Amino acid sequence: MLDTNTEDGYTTADGRKIGGVAMELRNITLRFGGVVAIKDISFDIRWGEIRAIIGPNGAGKSSMLNVISGFYHPQEGEVIYKGYRRPRMRPYQVARQGIARTFQNIALFEGMSVLDNIMTGRLHHMKANIFQQALWWGKAQREEQENREQVEKIIDFLEIQHIRKTPVARLPYGLKKRVELARALAAEPSILLLDEPMAGMNVEEKEDMCRFILDVNDEFNTTTVLIEHDMGVVMDLSDRVVVMDYGKKIGDGTPDEVRGNEEVIKAYLGVSHD
Amino acid sequence: MPDTLLFAMEAALNGLTAGVMYALVALGFVLIFKASGIFNFAQGVMALFAALTLVGFQSGQIPFSHLINAILGTRLHHFGWNMPTLLAIPATVAVMILLAIVIERFVLKHLVNQEPIILFMATIGLAYLLEGFGDIMWGAEVKALDVGLPKGMSDTVDELTFNWFGYGFFIDRLELWAAGIAAVLVASLTIFSQYTKQGRALRAVADDHQAALSVGISLRYIWVLTWSIAGIVALVAGIMWGSKSGVQFSLSLIALKALPVLILGGFTSIPGAIVGGLIIGVGEKLFDFFMNPIIGGATENWFAYMLALVFLLFRPQGLFGEKIIERV
Repeated sequence: MLDTNTEDGYTTADGRKIGGVAMELRNITLRFGGVVAIKDISFDIRWGEIRAIIGPNGAGKSSMLNVISGFYHPQEGEVIYKGYRRPRMRPYQVARQGIARTFQNIALFEGMSVLDNIMTGRLHHMKANIFQQALWWGKAQREEQENREQVEKIIDFLEIQHIRKTPVARLPYGLKKRVELARALAAEPSILLLDEPMAGMNVEEKEDMCRFILDVNDEFNTTTVLIEHDMGVVMDLSDRVVVMDYGKKIGDGTPDEVRGNEEVIKAYLGVSHD
Repeated sequence: MPDTLLFAMEAALNGLTAGVMYALVALGFVLIFKASGIFNFAQGVMALFAALTLVGFQSGQIPFSHLINAILGTRLHHFGWNMPTLLAIPATVAVMILLAIVIERFVLKHLVNQEPIILFMATIGLAYLLEGFGDIMWGAEVKALDVGLPKGMSDTVDELTFNWFGYGFFIDRLELWAAGIAAVLVASLTIFSQYTKQGRALRAVADDHQAALSVGISLRYIWVLTWSIAGIVALVAGIMWGSKSGVQFSLSLIALKALPVLILGGFTSIPGAIVGGLIIGVGEKLFDFFMNPIIGGATENWFAYMLALVFLLFRPQGLFGEKIIERV
C-alpha cells in the first residue's frame, strides 16, 4: 500500500510527506454519443495525497472517477499507473490492481451482513483455488482466518464494531456510507476513490466521515481521490484540488490557489458582489 | 387406527418423497435466478440433456450417429463398450460445465445489462435449441437409466410401519435415496455459498453487479460458475427422474411443475425451493386422496397450479422470498 518513492514529491504544511506520481491522466476525452462528458483533461495523483475533484453538477466529476476505476473507457487519452500506460481494462481488473472505490449512491450488498460485505473487499487477496475452497481445506482455512483479522482491524478503525453482524439493508444512510468505505479499505488499496463520500449526510456524520478520511490517510498513507460538493469540506481535507466545469479543467492546485482562481470563482462559487 | 388415516399418512409420505423431486428441479432455477436475475426456462431441458448424455456415455452410444449415418451412409450406433457409472457421471459433469461456458460465451456475454425479459426470452430459445441438440446428439427414443440406485418397495419402511400400525406403507427406495441425495446437495450448496470465497463472490454478484465489479469480481467467471452448478443440479434431477420414469423428452416438462414450487417458496430462496417442493408434493397426494372419490381423478395435474394461484393472491413473494416493498 505504501510507496516510499518521495523523489520530486513535496511536504505539506502540516508536515506530511507526499510522494511521486502514482497516476497520471493524460488528455482524457470521454464522449457519450454526441455529448462530451470530459474534454481533454490532464492531471496527476501523487502517492499519499488527498486529491479532490470539484465542480458544479454535471461537470463530469463522476465520469472522471469512472474512467480511473475502469467503468468508462475514454475515447482519447491515456492513464499512466505506477509508471506504465494502462491498457483497456474491465472494472474488476482495475480493482485487482489496487484501486478501490465507493459509489455516489452506495453500492453495498444489501442482503449480506456488514462483516460479509467488508470480507468481499478481500476477495482478491484470497489465493486458494475453488477445490480447496469447496473442501475447506489447507490454504482456504488459513486465509479466511488472516483475512478476518485484517477486516476486524478495519472495523475497529471505523468504529462499526456494534453493527458487525447486522444486515446492511437495516442500517441508516450514514453508517452504510461508512461500511462502503470499510469494504474499499479492506482491499488495502493503493488508490482509494471516494465518490461524494459526504453527500446527503448531516453535519455530525460529515464530521465523522472527514475524520475517518484524514485518519485513513494518516494511518495507512492511503492515496485518496475524492469528489465532493461541499466546498468547506474539500478545502479542509485535500492537499490539491482539480476544478472541473462543463467537462473541462478550469483549475488545479492547492486549496488556496484554487480559491483565488478567477475562473473557478466565476464557475463554481459564483461572483462575489461585495 | 382407522384405515383412512393410515392410507392418508401413506399418501402424505409418498407426497414428501415426490416433493423432493420437484424441489430438485426448482433448486436449479433458484440458483441461477439468485446469481443473475435470470429466470432460466431451460433448466428442465438441462436436466433432460444431462440425463441423455449420461445414458449415452454409459451405453457407449456414438454422439450424432443419426447425422453421421445420414451423411456418410454408415450404420454406426455404438462404440461397443460400456462406460462404468463412476466414470460416466464425472464425464457428464464435464459436459455440463462445458455447456455453461458455451452459454456464457455465446448468449449471456452479449446480453449484459439487458432487461430481465430479454434474458428470459433468450433462455426460452436456449431451451428449444438444447432440446433439438440433445435429440440430434443422442436420439429421441426413450432410454432406461440405471446408475445403481436401489429401486422397488422399501422393506424396512414396510416392516417398520407394519409393526407400528399393522399396515405396511409402500415407499419406493429410489425416492428415499433421492431425498437423501437432495439433502446432501442442499447442505453442500449452503456451506459453499456461506463459507467460501467463490460462494461469497456468488452472493455478491447476486446482490449488486456494480459493487461486485468494484471489489474485483469477474461477472463472467461467476456466471460460468453459477451455470455450471445449475448444470450439476440439473444432472442430479435428471438422474432421479430418469431412473424413475426413463429418460424421455417429456422430462423437460417437469420444469413446469417447478413453477408453482417457486411461487410457493419464493424465487430467491434455496430453503424455499425445498419447502415449496415438499408442500406441493404432499398437497398433491393428499388432495388426490381425499377429493378423488368426490370429483374424479387427475387432480395431480392442476392442484399445484391452483395452490400457486392462491399464493399469488395472498403472498406473492412466496414463503421465503424477499418481501416486495414499494417505496413511494
